[in-house]
Formats: sequence, C-alpha cells, structure tokens
Amino acid sequence: MTDHAVDSSRLYDEFVKGIWKENPVFVQVLGMCPMLAVTNSAVNALAMGLATAFVLIGSSVLVSLFRRLIPRQVRISTYIIIIATFVTVADFTLEAVVPTVHRELGAFISLIVVNCLILGRQEAFASRNPIHVALADAVGMAIGFAFALFCLGATREILGSGSLFGVSLFGENFEPWVIMVLPPGGFLMLGFILLFFNWVQQRRTLRPSRVSPATREAA
Amino acid sequence: MNDLLWIFVSAMVINNFTLYYFLGLCPFFGVSGQLKTAFRLGLATIFVMLITSLCASFLNAFVLPHAPYLKLIAFIVVIASTVQFVEMLIRKLSPTLFRALGIFLPLITTNCAILFLALTQTSRDYSLVQGVSFALGAGSGFTLALVLMAGLRQEASLASVPEIVKGTALNMIIAGLLSLAFMGFAGLFSAV
Repeated sequence: MTDHAVDSSRLYDEFVKGIWKENPVFVQVLGMCPMLAVTNSAVNALAMGLATAFVLIGSSVLVSLFRRLIPRQVRISTYIIIIATFVTVADFTLEAVVPTVHRELGAFISLIVVNCLILGRQEAFASRNPIHVALADAVGMAIGFAFALFCLGATREILGSGSLFGVSLFGENFEPWVIMVLPPGGFLMLGFILLFFNWVQQRRTLRPSRVSPATREAA
Repeated sequence: MNDLLWIFVSAMVINNFTLYYFLGLCPFFGVSGQLKTAFRLGLATIFVMLITSLCASFLNAFVLPHAPYLKLIAFIVVIASTVQFVEMLIRKLSPTLFRALGIFLPLITTNCAILFLALTQTSRDYSLVQGVSFALGAGSGFTLALVLMAGLRQEASLASVPEIVKGTALNMIIAGLLSLAFMGFAGLFSAV
C-alpha cells in the first residue's frame, strides 16, 4: 500500500516537473529551433506542439520498452531512428489531416527529428526508467513544451498581427507591430519571456545577488 | 554561373540559416562564448554540410525515387556517420580543439541546419553543383553568424549588465538585434 502511494507520488512529480520547474523551453532552453521558427501564429505553434508531443511520447515509451535490449554503443543512433520513424508518421498524418498547416510548417515537421529536447529525454530519462515513469515524464515535458510554444505563438500573433487564431482582436485602428512576426521578433520575445522567468525566480529565492545558477548553467 | 552565385549569397546572408530560419540555435548559443572555438566549429559544420549535400544528391538520384518514405531516416544516417568521421579526424589532428568543442562536436548531428539543408536541396531539386554551392553558402552563413555572435558576446561580457538580464535572456536579445541587422539584406537581389 505504501509502496503504491510512493509510486504514484513519484509519477505525479515526474509529470509536473516538465510543466513548470524544469520546463524544457523556459528553464532548460532546449528545442529552440522549431520553437522560434514556427511561433509566428498561435495555430502553427499549437500544431507544432502537438506533433512534438506525439513524437516525444511515442519514442519515450518505445525507448523505455526496449531499454534493456539496446546496446550502449549504438544507443544514440537507435534513438534517432526510433524518433525518425515517429516523425515520418506525424508528417504524413498532418499532411493528410491539415494540409494548410502542414504547408506552412514546411520542413520544420521533419526537423522534429533533430529536436534536442526529444533526444535529451531519451538519453537522460526514458532509457533509465520503467515505462510508466517514462510515460509520465514524456507527457509532462510535452505539455510544458506545447505550453511554451503556445505562449510565444499567441504573444507574437497578438502583437505582430493584432489577432489570435486568425480572429482580429483590436479592430481597424490597431497598427500591427510587424517585427514581432518576423524572425527578430522571435528572438526578442523569447528574451523577454526568459527575463520574466528570471524575475519570478529571483523574487522567489529572495536573494537578489544570485539569479538561479541552474538557469545559467543550462544555457 | 550567376545562378550559383545567387544560391550562395542567398543562403549565406539573405536567408541566413541561423538568423532567418532559426536553425542550429543550440551551437549558436552554446559555442559562441569564444571567438576561436566558434570559428572552428563553423569550419567543421561547413565540412559536414558539404559531405551531406553530396550524399543527399546521390541519395536523391538513386535511392529515394524508389522509397520516398525513407527520406528522413536516410539523411539522418548519412549525417550521423559524417559527423562521426569528422569527430575522429579532429581528435587525430587537433586534440586541443577536440576538447574545446566538447559535447558540441557530436551534437553537430542534431544541428537542424544540416538536415534542413538536405531537405531543402531535395525539395528545390538542386543539381549536384547547385547543391554544393548551397551547402557552402549555408555553412559560411552559419559560421558568419556564429563568429559575429561570439564577438558581440565577448564585448557584452565586459559591459556592466544588470544581474537579472545576464545569461540566456541577454543572448536572445543580442541575437534579435543581429537578426534585425541581417534583415537589411532582404531585397539585395531584387534589382537583378
């Protein structure tokens, strides 16, 4: 009984940490390439988040299932091939279901293969943990990643084109801040969001002279 | 000839892989701490891109027409083995550089710029020579961005910056400004 309780509380911990405390984007700064490239609108960001979640969860489960069978020397290649398989599935699915979004995301769906977040989770977590823990971790990380993508995408779309999910928010008089949907806006916006995170963290630790060394380490 | 030059310049500055397409950001932020290391990682990346581009041309000509669904897996295997080769080469030739690059050397495999290069080359139907020009342009563009970023970061490390901004947030904002500057190259060829 106690065993069970401990187990489920651990599952909960592994699940929750990806969403906030170890958020892959804001805290670990992983998987930035797809994240900045596709977040010029909320829809694209959400589609990318879902596709990445599918790949991450699928490959974590598979890697965790086969973790005793994969030889150490070729583990990275094995992970990459497992990931590439799931990405191919996601790619074809998106192309069939939502062709417009697929066209807009372009090569970035294929580039999920080289998202360091996914490979990082396989190497650091899924290959060392039983399947249910790996699943909890993957789902948490996937939600954290999708949440971050959505934040960035929504903010950039609101500022850059004055709309959200393509619905105009401010009426005709709004002058869109075009730079926000262009490449520099991605960097600047993420910079500001990270700044905000640093600020929250600094207030939490109540030690103004040291801003979360872990964040800087991860960078 | 003009065509090749156009591909080169376009990949290098106008549609710079790092600052326009957001590719290869992990090494872009990870290795840009020191000018010298940044430059050498850039050279290694150019080399890997060149080989990948050549291999991708052959794959496109002979293998992929028969099995299009293997595209991703085939490219990634080519890239991974090239990187492995470069790693052995650098370890042999310059152990100091090998140590300085550390984890970022094997991570060239997961540099999305390289996979993107192979995929774009395929979707644009470049010939072998055009592909080489594209790879050289993209690699030089990546190196250029990396070196510029390293220079700026070295300067920024001497400036007095509020503690809260230091680290990734500052790097992001610097990259944003750099990207803004590169946007000035847009339309460079519209007159031609």
